[in-house]
Amino acid sequence: MKTASLAVGWLHTTVGRKVIMAVTGLFLITFLVVHLAGNLLLLRNDGGAAFNAYAEFMSTNPLIRILEIALFAGFIIHIYQGLYFIFRERRGRPKGYALNDAKANTSLFSRTMRLSALVILVFLIVHLKHFFVEHRLLGSPMSMYELCKLAFENPYYSAFYVVSMVLLAFHLAHGFYSGFQTLGLIVNRRVEQIVRWGAAVFAFLVPLGFAIIPIYFLIKTL
Amino acid sequence: MRFTLRIWRQKNSQDEGRFEVYEVDGVPPNASFLEMLDILNEKLIKEGKEPVAFDHDCREGICGSCGLFINGRAHGPLPNITTCRLYMRHFKDGDTITIEPFRAKPFPVIKDLVVDRSALDRIIQKGGYISVNTGSAPDANSIPIPKPAADRAFDYATCIGCGACVAACKNASAMLFTAAKVAHLAMLPQGQPERRQRVKRMVAQMDLEGFGHCSNTGACAVECPAKIPLKAIAQLQRDYIWANLTPDPHAP
Repeated sequence: MKTASLAVGWLHTTVGRKVIMAVTGLFLITFLVVHLAGNLLLLRNDGGAAFNAYAEFMSTNPLIRILEIALFAGFIIHIYQGLYFIFRERRGRPKGYALNDAKANTSLFSRTMRLSALVILVFLIVHLKHFFVEHRLLGSPMSMYELCKLAFENPYYSAFYVVSMVLLAFHLAHGFYSGFQTLGLIVNRRVEQIVRWGAAVFAFLVPLGFAIIPIYFLIKTL
Repeated sequence: MRFTLRIWRQKNSQDEGRFEVYEVDGVPPNASFLEMLDILNEKLIKEGKEPVAFDHDCREGICGSCGLFINGRAHGPLPNITTCRLYMRHFKDGDTITIEPFRAKPFPVIKDLVVDRSALDRIIQKGGYISVNTGSAPDANSIPIPKPAADRAFDYATCIGCGACVAACKNASAMLFTAAKVAHLAMLPQGQPERRQRVKRMVAQMDLEGFGHCSNTGACAVECPAKIPLKAIAQLQRDYIWANLTPDPHAP
């Protein structure tokens, strides 16, 4: 074919599906940064004024609302593609090994991608129900700040939140690197080192930033 | 040295297969893993039993024929070697060693530890060639190739096709193997005319054979006797995306 093809058949090969996984994964990674920046306003000692203003902006600005659709699509495609991979995982090896020493040649983070994905999925559902559904769909009379306060002052919710962030860190530790590798961006050893370091720093700092917030609210109740 | 061996025995591709346990004694520490199996087989033959079938050829790490899954790892407990270059001194006297064939849907067991790896050959047939005009031989060095490109191409060309990458991968993916071929020819001017169709056709064949997907765990590169780097896979990904998003100037 002389002309560039708009056909998307190639996205159904194992390699194409990885590309979908990587593109959506890296998109969700950028979303995490924006989300964290907003959440950190919760740490301001202003009774939630700054955070509520931010929440108001996020739920009314037309550009954000359009991006929100892309965000939901990103999540759905990433989850769908991940489930597809989980279910086809054993296709290449119907009969497994009696003894398999995977610890010797893979990282803990890559081996636990399915577990971390599952925990994050459960977290996402609970999280959306608690904030998005309450505030946006049911039009709760409570402000966004009050909803957060209510959630985070519950030790069970906060514990669940912190554990989920640990698993998010696991997921990012492999996923961040893997996304760059899949898009073919790791061209040499130097870039590989930068990406691996970047993945480690990102996977540590971002979930930590999220986890600090419920811990802060819990300590305040003491 | 003395070892207890748990070996996968399977009469043919239809047979269910099972583990059988053997004792082998008097193994010199400097015997290779395959020589240890030779000692076992001599003993089995003397006892009138069926010897254990396993693949081997050069026994110096360059042919890619041998390949056993030993104690949970492709080519045994050391990284980046072939089974024939694994020595018994790497084990402890009295160890129990579990030996299985390389397992993947596209690698059916033929007998005992011998598997059919011709699926890899069929991937090569889809794109492991270049266009050369027939006629008299061209002048040597008529196509200039920068030294760094030649070196990189050679790094990828060292793949011996043993299948350890498939055996080690949790999804039984053949990405490192396929990527080594794609990256090798992508480095050289002779590889350019078919570059886009090569990557598409080899990936299509890889899927058709039933190999799994790659999830970038890196297990393949740890076990690869030829030390094919993971950046080969990045090269394949880059070429594959590019080949599918841009028109092919060499298309007929």
